[in-house]
Amino acid sequence: MFFNKHTNLSVKRKEVRFSDLLFYNSLRSLALLIIALFITIFIFLLASAKPIFLNKGWSFFIDSAWSPTTDTYGVLAFVYGTVVSSFLALLFAIPISVGSALFLTQICPRALRRPIRTLVELLAAIPSVVYGLWGIFVLAPFVKNYIQPFLSEHTEALPFFQGPPFGLGLFTAGIILAIMIIPTITTISIEVFSSIPKLYQEGAKALGATDWEAMRLAVLTPGFSGVFAAIILGLGRAMGETMAVTMVIGNRADISSSLFSPAATMASVIANEYAEAGSNLHSASLSAVGLTLLIISMIVNFGARLIIKRARQDI
Amino acid sequence: MKMIFLSFSLFMTLNVFAANTLINGAGATFPEPIYTKWFAEFKKADPDTSINYQGIGSGGGIKQLTAGTVDFGATDVPMNVEEMKALKSPALHIPTVMGAVVITYNLKLSKPLKLNGEVIADIFSGKIKKWNDEKIAKLNPDIQLPVLAIVVATRADGSGTTAIFSDYLSKVSADWKNKSGKTVDWFRGSVAAKGNAGVAGLVQQAEGAIGYVELVYAVQNKLAFALVQNKAGEYVEASTKSVSAAAGGKVTKEIIQNNFKLSITNSEMKGAYPISSFTWFLIHETMPKEKGSKIVKMLNWSLGKSGQDLAADMNFAPLPKELREAVLTKIKGIKLN
Repeated sequence: MFFNKHTNLSVKRKEVRFSDLLFYNSLRSLALLIIALFITIFIFLLASAKPIFLNKGWSFFIDSAWSPTTDTYGVLAFVYGTVVSSFLALLFAIPISVGSALFLTQICPRALRRPIRTLVELLAAIPSVVYGLWGIFVLAPFVKNYIQPFLSEHTEALPFFQGPPFGLGLFTAGIILAIMIIPTITTISIEVFSSIPKLYQEGAKALGATDWEAMRLAVLTPGFSGVFAAIILGLGRAMGETMAVTMVIGNRADISSSLFSPAATMASVIANEYAEAGSNLHSASLSAVGLTLLIISMIVNFGARLIIKRARQDI
Repeated sequence: MKMIFLSFSLFMTLNVFAANTLINGAGATFPEPIYTKWFAEFKKADPDTSINYQGIGSGGGIKQLTAGTVDFGATDVPMNVEEMKALKSPALHIPTVMGAVVITYNLKLSKPLKLNGEVIADIFSGKIKKWNDEKIAKLNPDIQLPVLAIVVATRADGSGTTAIFSDYLSKVSADWKNKSGKTVDWFRGSVAAKGNAGVAGLVQQAEGAIGYVELVYAVQNKLAFALVQNKAGEYVEASTKSVSAAAGGKVTKEIIQNNFKLSITNSEMKGAYPISSFTWFLIHETMPKEKGSKIVKMLNWSLGKSGQDLAADMNFAPLPKELREAVLTKIKGIKLN
């Protein structure tokens, strides 16, 4: 009897160990699969971009001329378009997102929190082509008829707001992108702020801090790394966004000082030209543009990680 | 019992094979509406054959035909020598219908605008900047042209529409020589949008805008478009009739001599709309018997009276009669094995 029980137990223990092992290994192989996938995509892009690197070498990255008719290609104009439109998007989106996250977690009456949050999350559920259409038919005319005339009139000395009014260009793309990344930044910021113990704020107030000081010291400061991570996620989405941007950015491979001039991003030129890329060099260059986007995203992510690490150490 | 079951399942399998020949085609998006309509009607005439067509773009059609993943391709721009060489089994260009590119504009005018090749080329290279420019006024003496900047809208995505339009420009303007293609470097200061819908949207948004779109799209969406002067000196409105005329008479003979691959923009024919072009099926010269016979049957039907009448109803210009007969003769030469 005793012996029986004992063996039963030992068998069970063995089973547990085996299932643990299985669990551990299956999780590990899933994680490895993601790494393998990334490496495969990287190698694929590198291999399909090879002809243009053999043809032009490093100058592909610093040349801004893109002309399929003469078979000359450089990525710089698209890097400019992606960076500027994403930067504009962050400029518009960060105050709105972080501000509304603060409002929702700290000030807003409890009953209103859920509905407002759901509305913000719903913004993320709208397909990007709908944003693009809205951009063409509503936002672009508005920018063209009101925003650009106003800005160019009041800042004549600066080159940023001049040029013929098209309604389509970097500025409009920046606004559309901002609306698209607001849900990402807002929802994550809400999570970050609500995970900070209320005790901090109570302590700050007990020491005589005003509401704003308490919020700054006991919510914003400890929440910095989390909010920063949210912003980087938003930036990632802005840089990779294709459809909506293609519809409103005007699609010209130019570097112009005016924010109202048409431009093109790395994602938009791939979307526009890949299907009908004529020559071998043309499709290779488009792959190289994809590779550039991937590398820039990697740099942004690693940079962000470093900053977050620093911030955590400071606290 | 077992025997019955076996013979039954054998019968079922045979039945499946006999009932349906599935043919796959892919390529140009411009003729997709008429192709889809043709294949649906053809299935009614021949219920045993299903033809599946995907409008993935001309370039995609050529790539898939080269890779052997489709039974036939379709393109708005004839294959070049390199692309022909890459094919494992040689292919014929079979013209199916004709299309045109129209110049659409956003101006409130009492009469349709008249343009000629030189002025169109100058507008689309940014040389003419205002609507009241002397060159435009000269062609339109009876219209009061506004003092308004011209906003030029072009296609951002590589497309047959751009290829046809820039091919026309290269024939009428020295500036545009060797600059044509599916993607074109437009001048600084123009805007570009994706697809016919994108360009039309841009033009409708901005007063004083001008752009180029497919005739079928323009007709369906009731866009205003310009009369364009042809080589014979007439101002012609794009229509199925004036587009068909571009491939008539003398030009037909030239087209046949060139294996149907001729560019017919800036046609010399009377009554011809000058920015017209063919769209083609790409059909292997030798095909396996079962599928091949069905494809030949489909070609004969599409280029026959019922197929071509259907095309005209949908604003695709039918081939001129003489040319159609030459194509049908060519189809007889397709080998089946």
